[in-house]
Amino acid sequence: MSDMGLPASVGAIRRVREDPHRLGHRAHGAGEDMEGTGHGTSGPATKRIIVGYGFWIFLLSDIVMFSCFFAAFAVQRGATAGGPSIGQIVDIRRVGFETAALLLSSYTCMLSFAATNRRNLLWTQVFLFVTGLLGLIFVLLELQEFIELAGKGITPQRSGMLTSFFGLVGLHGLHVTLGGVWLATMMAQVQIKGFRREIVHRLICFNLFWHALDIVWIGIFTIVYLIGSGA
Amino acid sequence: MFGKLDWSAIPISQPIPLITSIVIILVMLGVLGVVTVKGWWPYLWREWITTVDHKRIGIMYGLLGVVMLVRGFADAIMMRTQQAAAIGEAQGYLPPEHYNQIFSAHGTIMIFFAAMPLVIGFMNFLVPLQLGVRDVAFPTLNSVSFWLTASGALLVNASLFLGEFARTGWLPYPPLSEATYSPGVGVDYYLWAIQISGIGTLMTGINFVTTVLKMRCPGMSYLRMPMFTWTAFASSLIIVAVFPILTATLAMLTLDRYVGWHYFTNTAGGNPMMFMNLIWAWGHPEVYILVLPAFGIFSEIFSTFSGKPLFGYRSMVAATLFICIVAMMTWLHHFFTMGAGAAVNTAFGISTSVIAVGTGVKIYNWIFTMYGGRVRLTVPMLWSLGFVFTFVIGGMTGVLLAVPPADFLVHNSMFLVAHFHNVIVGGVVFALFAGLEFWFPKAFGFRLHEGWGKAAFWCAFFGFWVTFTPLYIVGLMGMTRRLQHVVVSAWAPWLYISVVGIVILILGAIAQVIQLLVSIRDREKLRDLTGDPWDGRSLEWATPSPPPFFNFAVMPNVEGEEPYWGIKLRAVETQQLSPEPAYEPIEMPVNSPVGFYTAFFASVFGFAMIWYIWWLAILALVAAYAGFAWFAWRDVHEFEVPVEEVARVDRARRAAREVFLTQLSSQEVLP
Repeated sequence: MSDMGLPASVGAIRRVREDPHRLGHRAHGAGEDMEGTGHGTSGPATKRIIVGYGFWIFLLSDIVMFSCFFAAFAVQRGATAGGPSIGQIVDIRRVGFETAALLLSSYTCMLSFAATNRRNLLWTQVFLFVTGLLGLIFVLLELQEFIELAGKGITPQRSGMLTSFFGLVGLHGLHVTLGGVWLATMMAQVQIKGFRREIVHRLICFNLFWHALDIVWIGIFTIVYLIGSGA
Repeated sequence: MFGKLDWSAIPISQPIPLITSIVIILVMLGVLGVVTVKGWWPYLWREWITTVDHKRIGIMYGLLGVVMLVRGFADAIMMRTQQAAAIGEAQGYLPPEHYNQIFSAHGTIMIFFAAMPLVIGFMNFLVPLQLGVRDVAFPTLNSVSFWLTASGALLVNASLFLGEFARTGWLPYPPLSEATYSPGVGVDYYLWAIQISGIGTLMTGINFVTTVLKMRCPGMSYLRMPMFTWTAFASSLIIVAVFPILTATLAMLTLDRYVGWHYFTNTAGGNPMMFMNLIWAWGHPEVYILVLPAFGIFSEIFSTFSGKPLFGYRSMVAATLFICIVAMMTWLHHFFTMGAGAAVNTAFGISTSVIAVGTGVKIYNWIFTMYGGRVRLTVPMLWSLGFVFTFVIGGMTGVLLAVPPADFLVHNSMFLVAHFHNVIVGGVVFALFAGLEFWFPKAFGFRLHEGWGKAAFWCAFFGFWVTFTPLYIVGLMGMTRRLQHVVVSAWAPWLYISVVGIVILILGAIAQVIQLLVSIRDREKLRDLTGDPWDGRSLEWATPSPPPFFNFAVMPNVEGEEPYWGIKLRAVETQQLSPEPAYEPIEMPVNSPVGFYTAFFASVFGFAMIWYIWWLAILALVAAYAGFAWFAWRDVHEFEVPVEEVARVDRARRAAREVFLTQLSSQEVLP
């Protein structure tokens, strides 16, 4: 405490020095000279950093939730209860198209944000629209897959394996659908309000969300469909 | 039209829930009536319901937690008396189906709606103050979190009057909790109440991780943060890591029950043991979510009332983060009897024992903090000392349970019940009462009555031991938990002693109520004019009591550990306050009804799902989305506090501090 730069009296200094438990009470060292990062010396970070950072933390928690559904699929993969196995229900061609649509949508999403950074309303909207369209194609293809399977009596009620299959893939599909609703809302907001500070923050969050869904889909594509088709 | 809901949902034939719920409804109507007659609605709406002020939200969390603590305590009284009254031939006064609801509700309410809101309430109130900032990272989200928690509590309590609560224990183990074996609405009440409040808790976790990592006043580097803030941060990290597991697990059980899927069924390839693994992967870290902030509270109290910096601050930080990580590696010890084999059980037995090392470090640090200090035996300090004694014994029985062969003998016995009450009551509840006593003057501007506080502590301390020591003993004698009827009459004396204990605990609860009433009556005498009633060491004591809504007129500049202690020391040495700063206008977030609005529709949605009223559920979702879009359209997010107002508030604070300084210097409070 004595080397904190306080104009402490001799008494105060002596008291601190005589404290036998000064362990871990050195003054903090130099460094941390980055500005606005919230690392210590310069106070709270900017709103933009706080919003983006908080949303990252949310995405991490969302990925933990997905991991539970992945785990359930791993546990129940063989629990077919006499019904079809995962290899018998995978249509790898359609999933290929789905994957292409979703990955492309991530690219257009990034393009829209590049336009946002240049404050170009037209191209922001165009690429957001294309992103939404590709997302829609993805969801419709997935829906077609589910309906076809259900037509053959392959439903989640049939077996533990199918439960965890529909649960994992469906949860991702639900995320994409809700992302689409968010996207439509954002397009309306951008159109009417322009690039206000908080609108741009929301666009950052939306971008992070959309890319995270891609990452999760890569996991599903590999673990459920690719490995599954070989089974 | 109304799904499964009809007149038979009201428990006409069961006098206990019927009378209780009628009394609750009358009390609620009475409160609403008084508020309406007195015309308090505009005030409540403006200052509390729509507030985004972290201190007000913290106080509301606390209020919710205390009310639910009373409800959970009532359940506990019924359980202890039923077991004492139903030995041998006697059947007691609670039929099995009602008794099962009571032990389920007791655990659910105590963990989710008493302990969690109180812990999160302390985090809300303290973390921004201790970090020297004006609010949390996302103030409006914070309000949403609180109201979602309140919404879950509302649903749990609605089950008292409409339908039934779960009979499956506080964690609804399948296959018992599946639709085949629990066809009623009880488990559905559980699922939706916990799902809704769990989402609120998850958002709190996100909020506080972001606040601690990205919003600290200048100079507040990580190793200058007060210990409570560190533990709140560790707790928030665990929340972010494990609450999604709870959400996922409950969603899976919901799908099983509502649409006949097979995650956890015992037919068609469902896997009930998967539920145990998932729920405890959340459930074990959950106890550390509760107990880490409790450790933080004790750290602040030991250091303040010993007049010394916390011994081994850095080892305390390390131990906190160690517990934070190892907490997620021990879940399997809740079901050693699953049959995972010797290797798996051994690994988890070791990880469970190892976590006691981190806790041991903390215990020694607290003891060494007191060593050589000027210890003041105030009420918070009494609770803390009681905690050290109680918690050490609870920890030792825990290490005993961590040994798989020993665990096989006492698995699901009263020994286990005694153990976890020993750590949760001795650790968390004692901390909450200690913290309440300690920070009450900061929140409300006057201290609590010392004598009644001491009475409450001694009743709680002895009441706890008289209640739970016999349960350890009957557990070792072979009594399993959750018994509605006791066949072995040899256990009777112990169960009677346990009832004596609960009577002492009731006296403690009464002493708490009297303490509050007496303190409110004598509030002028107990008034804290200085803002620093305990000779505190961290930044919350630099503000007046209660703090202004913007906390700090000028953001503090931290120059060392224990920032407020440094400021105080300098003021005493130089015999003057630091020069008046240049005030600037402050931007603060505006109030928002979005939290209340969201929680309202979340409650409607949950209720509709519980009773299979599909149209209402869809309507609630659409309304919730419309509301969100509406609030997202808002243009004004902040308002400016004019510089005159900031200066006026802060000059009043400085005037009080001038007086305080002369007191300090004359009385030599500081050594």
